[in-house]
Amino acid sequence: MGKPKKEKDVRFSKFGTVSFTATTKVNDFIDYLEKGEVRGTKCKSCGKVFFPPRADCYSCLSSDMEWFKVEGAGKLITFSILRYAPIGFGDDLPYAIAVVDYGDYKVFGRIGDIDLDQVQCGMEVVVRANELPNGQLNYVFDKA
Amino acid sequence: MGKVAIIGVGQSAFSRAYPGSIRELAFEAFREAMVDAGAETGDIGATVVCSAPEYDKQRSPAGVLAEYLGLTPQPTFYAETLCSSSSTGLKLAYSLVASGLHDSVMVIGFQKMSEISSAESQERMGRGADIQWESPFGTMMPAYYAMYAQGYMDSYGITSEDLALIRVKAATYGQINEKAVYRKGVELQQCLDADPVANPLKVFDCCANADGASCVIVASEAKAKAMGIAKPVWILGLGAASAPVNLAGRDLFNGLRVAQMAAAEAYQMAGISAQDVDVAEVHDCFTIAEMMAYENLGFAEPGGGKELIRSKETYKEGSIPVNVDGGLLSKGHPIGATGGSQIRTIVLQLRGEAGEMQVKDPQIGLVHNIGGVGLYGNVSILGR
Repeated sequence: MGKPKKEKDVRFSKFGTVSFTATTKVNDFIDYLEKGEVRGTKCKSCGKVFFPPRADCYSCLSSDMEWFKVEGAGKLITFSILRYAPIGFGDDLPYAIAVVDYGDYKVFGRIGDIDLDQVQCGMEVVVRANELPNGQLNYVFDKA
Repeated sequence: MGKVAIIGVGQSAFSRAYPGSIRELAFEAFREAMVDAGAETGDIGATVVCSAPEYDKQRSPAGVLAEYLGLTPQPTFYAETLCSSSSTGLKLAYSLVASGLHDSVMVIGFQKMSEISSAESQERMGRGADIQWESPFGTMMPAYYAMYAQGYMDSYGITSEDLALIRVKAATYGQINEKAVYRKGVELQQCLDADPVANPLKVFDCCANADGASCVIVASEAKAKAMGIAKPVWILGLGAASAPVNLAGRDLFNGLRVAQMAAAEAYQMAGISAQDVDVAEVHDCFTIAEMMAYENLGFAEPGGGKELIRSKETYKEGSIPVNVDGGLLSKGHPIGATGGSQIRTIVLQLRGEAGEMQVKDPQIGLVHNIGGVGLYGNVSILGR
């Protein structure tokens, strides 16, 4: 009859093809991804907006955050198509990574349903929550 | 604050697979710097050991190297800013000497990358970025720099050929640097025909992993004088900056903000401008990195870097010789050793001891050393 073991919240280990972080105070990000939503955080105290989401605001030192939805079209600023991959990602090849500007914040992620030879700087894209073949979750950019 | 000099420099040959352990690798650079300075171990007040973690298995390498080099019981500690670790070491050594805490400090940079496979190495380097939010997408250094190359091409209309010209220049000098990994010449067409690694960067746009060590001995003016150093090289200016690790936090994709900021700070401290620099070592881990460095250091206007390389102004005989030791592209890039190797090249140039690589009578030299994908930036200005 020992004390019941407290379960560790390791939801973040579901993020990406290979996750390198299991536990974070923004683990709810994974629940939103499961619901098909990509969300960042906004400081309730000073209104500062963060993507990727953060638990703490360095600007006003508050940790009182609310989640906002990344919605609408963003502009693709830059990208690269990978022909080699780091260990653990070989099965995903070829794939592209990109930075997309949403005005108040930018988002780093993968290209989704766009032919890789069609990807261009300046194109409008939308973000989509995505389930990977290995059951992991990430988010990708599709044509707007 | 008194003046601070570099009184000795050393470097191991850079190689694909060093046949020894990290302490033996460090010894090669150490011995050369000690002979160069005419120093004895008692002359060294402290050591700063620099590398990036997770290549070899030694934790806390500072104590291990200090013992092997006969530098105990003097204090020793570890400094890490990825690829710019040993120029960060220079800044720390300068601070320790300028503050009067020590009259001489040694900076040792090393990396033995051959202990792991190339794919493992890509994964390690990728984790020198944001492991929580970026690495799960499958990132690696060539892809990150490729995103800057794409951003740069989109802004300034350069082609793969402009980037290839930088590799051709590097190979020109790699052939005459006996410590370089890559000693062969490279033709323009060879670069253009090579396989892509991460578009738009191809195989010849990327430097190679290497094993290597570097050593720089820093001393106060009084110590240098007491040791009878014939050609001290003075540290005139040091600048350093950091940037958001996640690219989503960056505001510039056709240059590196950290390099701009570090350069401005270093120029101000030295009381000089870009036009006063006679010879430079820049962090060409990828060809695009050298192109951006031309502009971020003020050798060219934004978008003007291509003219410098097309007109060969950055060759040995040009107006601003850059990486006339072959750069990272030819020497190889043993992460923690690279900054010290760049510093060594500039010290030899300022002393007129660079042999076949010597540029004509330089007075002021500059070292631009970047850690991660523009995560850390160090600019160091040295003079005679």
